[in-house]
Amino acid sequence: MLMKVEDMNKVLYIDLTKKDIRTEERADLFDAYLGGTGVAIKLLVEECPQGIDPLSAANPIIFAVGPLTGLYPLASKTVAMFKSPLTGNLGESHCGGRSATAIKFAGYGAIVIKGASDIPLYLAIAGDEVKFRDASSIWSMEAVTVGRVLREVEPGAGVRTIIRTGTAGGKMVRYACAVTETYRHFGRLGLGAVMGSKKLKALVISADKSVELPKPKRKEYQRVYDEIQDVVVKSDAMAKYHDLGTPGKIYSMNKLGGMAYKNLESARAPEEVARELSGENIAEKYLSRRISCAHCPVGCVHLASLRELYAPGYYFKTSTMPYDNETIYSLGFMLGMERAEDYLRLNDAVDTVGMDAISTGVTLAWATEAYAKGLITKEHTDGLELKWGDGTVYSAAIKKIVEMPNEFYQSLAKGVEYASSVYGGQDYALAFGGNEMPEYHTGLACYLNNLTGARHSHLDSAGYDLDQKLIGTDFSIEEVASALLKEEEWRQIPSSLVVCFFARKVFTPETVLKALGAIGLEGWTEEKLNDIGRDIHRAKMDFKFREGYDLTKLRIPKRIFEVPTPNGLLKEEDLRRAIEVYGKMIGR
Amino acid sequence: MAKKLAALDVNNCIGCMECMFACSRRVGRIGLDKSAIRVRSAGGIERGFVIVVCRACENPPCAKVCPTDALKARKEGGGVVLDETKCIGCGFCVQSCIVGAMFWDDERDKPIVCKYCGECAKYCVHGAIGLVEA
Repeated sequence: MLMKVEDMNKVLYIDLTKKDIRTEERADLFDAYLGGTGVAIKLLVEECPQGIDPLSAANPIIFAVGPLTGLYPLASKTVAMFKSPLTGNLGESHCGGRSATAIKFAGYGAIVIKGASDIPLYLAIAGDEVKFRDASSIWSMEAVTVGRVLREVEPGAGVRTIIRTGTAGGKMVRYACAVTETYRHFGRLGLGAVMGSKKLKALVISADKSVELPKPKRKEYQRVYDEIQDVVVKSDAMAKYHDLGTPGKIYSMNKLGGMAYKNLESARAPEEVARELSGENIAEKYLSRRISCAHCPVGCVHLASLRELYAPGYYFKTSTMPYDNETIYSLGFMLGMERAEDYLRLNDAVDTVGMDAISTGVTLAWATEAYAKGLITKEHTDGLELKWGDGTVYSAAIKKIVEMPNEFYQSLAKGVEYASSVYGGQDYALAFGGNEMPEYHTGLACYLNNLTGARHSHLDSAGYDLDQKLIGTDFSIEEVASALLKEEEWRQIPSSLVVCFFARKVFTPETVLKALGAIGLEGWTEEKLNDIGRDIHRAKMDFKFREGYDLTKLRIPKRIFEVPTPNGLLKEEDLRRAIEVYGKMIGR
Repeated sequence: MAKKLAALDVNNCIGCMECMFACSRRVGRIGLDKSAIRVRSAGGIERGFVIVVCRACENPPCAKVCPTDALKARKEGGGVVLDETKCIGCGFCVQSCIVGAMFWDDERDKPIVCKYCGECAKYCVHGAIGLVEA
């Protein structure tokens, strides 16, 4: 069906309590803030009352795409926004797969889901048609099985996405994720739990439209499209992300001494462990397929297959799981895995229940250390002896986090910040702003990023990247804070367009302007992009402060000051001062 | 020599669907619903992808069932050409194509027929599809 560029501003509002929908043209938001993150934060502020319980019906879920989504290569991501049940603050998570393309060509710029259903539901959105369907029979299913069922029961015109939760979502594990296309995730900050609280098991969104540009624009559009495609295909990034994918940097990060190992007992695993868990080794032994998000020729998604005997008499099973840099860190290095296949099995276990791999790994790493130190006992763990490298026990623990047989597992299901507040060991509970830490122990910038980034994600301002550039140089705290702020402000633009961060070097301001102009979105300048980047960032920070974020009260685990980084030992006073400097820069 | 489109090595396909976008662009549309080529998962992405393209049959079933001769066998190289002015939108051609390579344009109520132009293949950077001698 026909769609014009000006039709890309439609917002679909879904009320799960009343089982009702409406649509509204929100050119006011899309004209001013592009789409994606920029529009999502505005919708979140409109829809999310102050101080609500993130697991209450009042919490909205917002999915947003942007003006470039589906129109150019690598504009392949959907932004989800909600109040996070893990941090109690801003929840923002990005995902590719076919989600972005499906939402765009179903005819929406954003989808807002409010309220909560009385019975388990899934939403079938086929273009203009929205159906509320009973999900009682699939409510307690794993995400992969839900995909299988819905793929067959729902007709799929054109392209479609199936966004669903696993068992962890239904049980409202605070870091439950939402899964799309079996192997992609809205991973961080607990979108799966919010869906669970709304009794929303899944969304099937299918596209039935395509965009028609006015005739005089078509040549220009094709030219800009080809320029972008050309840069992507010929860039080093293409080869880097396609060949080994993000795990390509695992080995070198460990060698650098910036890899959190065994709950950051050290920042470098032994050489043989690093080789075993390296992207090279996993690719050589287990890589079975590379896939891509819709409209991205890179194909960075790496799938591993593991064939194993599971019963005597030649009963083999082959399981396939996605793997990447951060999951190798959190479920491999953090948990002291010594064999790649043990790590892969653990990755499969986390995927099966549908939890964020980083939060799961970091929470279990804390529990392992706390167990070794006697803060928790076998009684707490329901008989499990948590031990570095023991994948079987960790797999059992992952199941228990979902089943929550006792208070200890109920606490683990709330994340490491909460669990350590009950059982102690906060000095080595590695969460920042309530979110479990990503891989990097590289210096001041990565931790300033973890503490001040709007999502407490390493992707907010790429502090790990700055740290590596700063090795061996003299730098001031002001320079670091200012560089991170500038980076985070600019990153609101790719997240609003929405293009994949892996393409951030392709979508320079100049290219962004050309790409917008070629589809008839005139009037943008580099200055204006920079201005709204700052505005969007501040809007996110305003939401955070409204919900209780306080720069003076950030908890910093002592462990990070005890282990040398590639930039030397980090001092608490420097990090605290950097936070203060950062606060002044944003007027706080 | 006439050309036809072929799936050269389906194992190389990563499911990016750039071919489908390229095909839709030929008719001035950005999207997937005007495409004469389709990529879908082979029942779960771990099994890989299926690439559905017109096989350029030598004696095309779609032309045989066309009641108005809107679809006619190409002069050489197999496959068909569509004369839209004759097409009544009956959809018999879709039913006759057991590989599912005859697609449908709901807006115009006409089939979408591969023209073997190779535009899709230009965007396949992994060598999954290409034009070959018919």
